[in-house]
Amino acid sequence: MAEFRLPKNSRIRAGKHFPAPQGASNVRTFRVYRWDPDSGENPRIDSYDLDLDQCGPMVLDAVLKIKNEIDPTLTFRRSCREGICGSCAFNIDGTNTLACTQAIEDIKGDVKIYPLPHMPVIKDLVPDLTHFYAQYASIKPWIRTQSPAPPDKERLQSPEDRKHIDGLYECILCACCSTSCPSYWWNGERYLGPAVLLQAYRWLVDSRDEATGERLDDLEDPFRLYRCHTIMNCAKTCPKGLNPAKAIAEIKKMMLARQSL
Amino acid sequence: MATDNRPLSPHLQIYRPQLTSVLSITHRITGVVLSLGLGLVVAWVLALAAGPERFAAVTGVLSSTPVLLLLLAWTAALFYHLLNGIRHLCWDAGWMLDLRGAYASGWTVVGLAVVLTAVAWGVWL
Repeated sequence: MAEFRLPKNSRIRAGKHFPAPQGASNVRTFRVYRWDPDSGENPRIDSYDLDLDQCGPMVLDAVLKIKNEIDPTLTFRRSCREGICGSCAFNIDGTNTLACTQAIEDIKGDVKIYPLPHMPVIKDLVPDLTHFYAQYASIKPWIRTQSPAPPDKERLQSPEDRKHIDGLYECILCACCSTSCPSYWWNGERYLGPAVLLQAYRWLVDSRDEATGERLDDLEDPFRLYRCHTIMNCAKTCPKGLNPAKAIAEIKKMMLARQSL
Repeated sequence: MATDNRPLSPHLQIYRPQLTSVLSITHRITGVVLSLGLGLVVAWVLALAAGPERFAAVTGVLSSTPVLLLLLAWTAALFYHLLNGIRHLCWDAGWMLDLRGAYASGWTVVGLAVVLTAVAWGVWL
């Protein structure tokens, strides 16, 4: 059920302010969500004034600068710093994206950074993605076949068939889309959400996969698939420019085509 | 490790409203408004069956400025819900599902709803 207010233990309090160093000329304020599991306190927003002349161009550079030079307790995930690992997905300036590919100069005013929305927080900007990964595993994201593999080569695919998974295989599972989706906020326990459904479609249209019928059977459910109401926040927020809403619509069409046979 | 005290990260409170989400929730709200407003319309029809005096009385109430404003909102909701419903049908058929299509069709629905509401009231008044 939709619960619009945050639970009592999740409401955000005012936090600390870290002023810019003396002589800084190009100052920008970063307002960052903080929660320490050991403190027993509610989450807070700490604000850090950074000198952008002494900082790299991306939001991830700023977050790393805060951790390295101002507050080493700031906790977040990051790895590749080039938009391919999906670790540094945060809610930045009101929408979900990767901190490593989001330029600071493209944001007006204070830079607000929160963890991915409507998720249990482990610490600071680190959400618990256990359920998200379990949902991903539930769609069996690997090739499933009945026929024996050719003895002397791989299962081949024509260039035309290969094209069907363009716009799908690029997904890095950063969870930006799923956590931007109001349907996933209200029904995330049972609705699979845009990221996982895009992956489901990726295997449905793979010409080498032979479990299309079973995959559709598994999705034929009022919640798992049909909680998508084409809000399209997912496509709007995807840092890789993919379109989960379209993939979900295609799954719905496959369901319909199957029924009318 | 204790996990039950973990806070829920903020969602509606911090997510930037954008055309995609705003038109979606507006569709739902206008649906509710239409159901409620239908009561007024039904009252009018019932009054018609109840005789000319009743009908005149109810028409009088419906013609008062506050109720007229409600009816204006109701008509706007009707046209928006109708047009956005067609937009949803197109999406279900697989059309206009890219961001560009979603934005272009979204603004078209908003514009047409305003125009049709204005035309309807212009014709009636």
